Amino acid sequence: MTIRTEPMTVNVGPQHPSTHGVFRVRITFDGEDIVEVEPVLGYLHRGSEKLAEERNYVQVVTLTDRLDYTSSMINNQAYCLAVEQLLGIEPPPRGKYLRTLAAELQRIASHLIAVGFFVQELGAFGTPLMYTFRSRERILDLFEMLCGARVTVSYMRPGGVFADTPADFWPALEQFLEDFEGELEEIENLLLSNEILMVRTRGVSPLPADVAINCSVSGPVLRASGVNWDWRKMAPYDAYDQVEFDIPVGQNGDNYDRFWVRMQEVRQSLRIVRQCVAQIEPGPVRQELPLVLRAAPGAEAYGRVEASKGELGFFLVSDGGVSPYRCKIRSPSLINLTITEHLLLGWKLADMIVSLGSVDINMGEVDR
Amino acid sequence: MVKGLAVTLSNLMRKPFTTSYPEQRIRQHPRFRGEEFTWYEERCTGCASCAKYCPLGIIKIVTSPSETAPLQGDKYRLETFDIELQRCMFCGLCVEACPYDALFMGSGFEEGQYKRTDLVITIDRLRQAEKNPSTWFRPQLEGMDYRPGEGRPLGWREVGRENWRWHQHEKAGMRLAAGRDDSEGEA
Ligand code: SF4
Ligand code: SF4
Repeated sequence: MTIRTEPMTVNVGPQHPSTHGVFRVRITFDGEDIVEVEPVLGYLHRGSEKLAEERNYVQVVTLTDRLDYTSSMINNQAYCLAVEQLLGIEPPPRGKYLRTLAAELQRIASHLIAVGFFVQELGAFGTPLMYTFRSRERILDLFEMLCGARVTVSYMRPGGVFADTPADFWPALEQFLEDFEGELEEIENLLLSNEILMVRTRGVSPLPADVAINCSVSGPVLRASGVNWDWRKMAPYDAYDQVEFDIPVGQNGDNYDRFWVRMQEVRQSLRIVRQCVAQIEPGPVRQELPLVLRAAPGAEAYGRVEASKGELGFFLVSDGGVSPYRCKIRSPSLINLTITEHLLLGWKLADMIVSLGSVDINMGEVDR
Repeated sequence: MVKGLAVTLSNLMRKPFTTSYPEQRIRQHPRFRGEEFTWYEERCTGCASCAKYCPLGIIKIVTSPSETAPLQGDKYRLETFDIELQRCMFCGLCVEACPYDALFMGSGFEEGQYKRTDLVITIDRLRQAEKNPSTWFRPQLEGMDYRPGEGRPLGWREVGRENWRWHQHEKAGMRLAAGRDDSEGEA
């Protein structure tokens, strides 16, 4: 005798502890299998693009902090690059190095969050997350030393960074680099070859390379699918052409690969930070610019960086005024969310949140 | 299992990473962008650069021309200087914009009030507040190993960048970087 079942629709979110912010996804289950997925966005829409059009070029920096609040440094960087292109200016070398350094520290912090929550969603409550947060805390401390805030940093400005490092920053950074080596090893030993983690994530929700490319996916998700693509290498900005690093590339694009790529990227970021520390030289950090910037009428610029989640781009159009005429944000999280269906369809309920977590979205950036 | 126990034991012996907040405090870094704005009336000219530069427009300044000696370029008298703290995001752009080193961030983070109106920092509060400026965007303070909130508050003569050797250093550095001559001294 067979039991007759019928599909059931479940709303996950928008206020759900495991959806990485106010993300709602309507899922139709057949038993435990997912047969239909419909992401619903827009709960965190703040109109950042419109707000940017009413603020002058420097003030917009504070808005970019709030897009992807786990990697505000990188958002600052993307926006400042766009403005610099618009105005045709270039920061002095020390400014470039400081930006690279801050962005890589932020990448480490962001990936640590991603990895921590990814493992938490697998059911390892607390412990691995605390390990990753312990290290992240140190990075945020460094940021506080550098710019007075931990999350909403507003550290970079068009033309460089706002000020040079305080004297006690460099010893603290050395100390962090020394300690983090051990902490990272601890995290890697704990997670990378963990059998439960492997069984739960190997081969789950694979994303073939062609699908990933067709969906314009970028960042660790794309690289996990075996595509070697990283803006830091393809079109180096700031000081990335001065430092050496490798791009870790996965094979299958499954959940494990996405997780693995992030763990490897932390190592590479650490390498970049070390090189920055070795190469940086004294000098000015910011190009002298007027307080209120103006670009030529009709000028356009697109500044892009490899953010921790993927390609983050700011497209600015100027009409000659003090604020951008149009500011379009290409946010990696939003574009990466377009693969939700590919990831979830046909998989089980238990893998759903894990797959979503492996994409590492940030709603502040999705809805802007 | 012994190995696991060893890890547990070694962690048991470690100092805790956390501090229990209200009793113990972590020292903030001198650049911390905190709540109590420090404002030096003696330095402020009422130019309202800070108000213009605030991304949220939450600083309200009303001035009136001085009656004593307007022709001699006496400064404007300040009547209102309200900072609506409820909406402030502590970005520090107002501090960056102030051309006369009159406005500084503070170092606190515990501004809880019972009424929303109490969250507006008025000019009287700014006048009476203890002056513990944060060193954010004011590296001249960093040069003297100053830590906000510890030790004595700073008076307005001490916070300006005019007399600081540091300032001359920085200027010299800029000139060197621009490839120009450094010999002309700072008058
Ligand atoms: S810190 Fe920022 S938001 Fe607050 S008053 Fe100053 S400029 Fe405005
Ligand atoms: S910018 Fe400085 S001098 Fe001008 S009104 Fe504000 S605090 Fe006063």
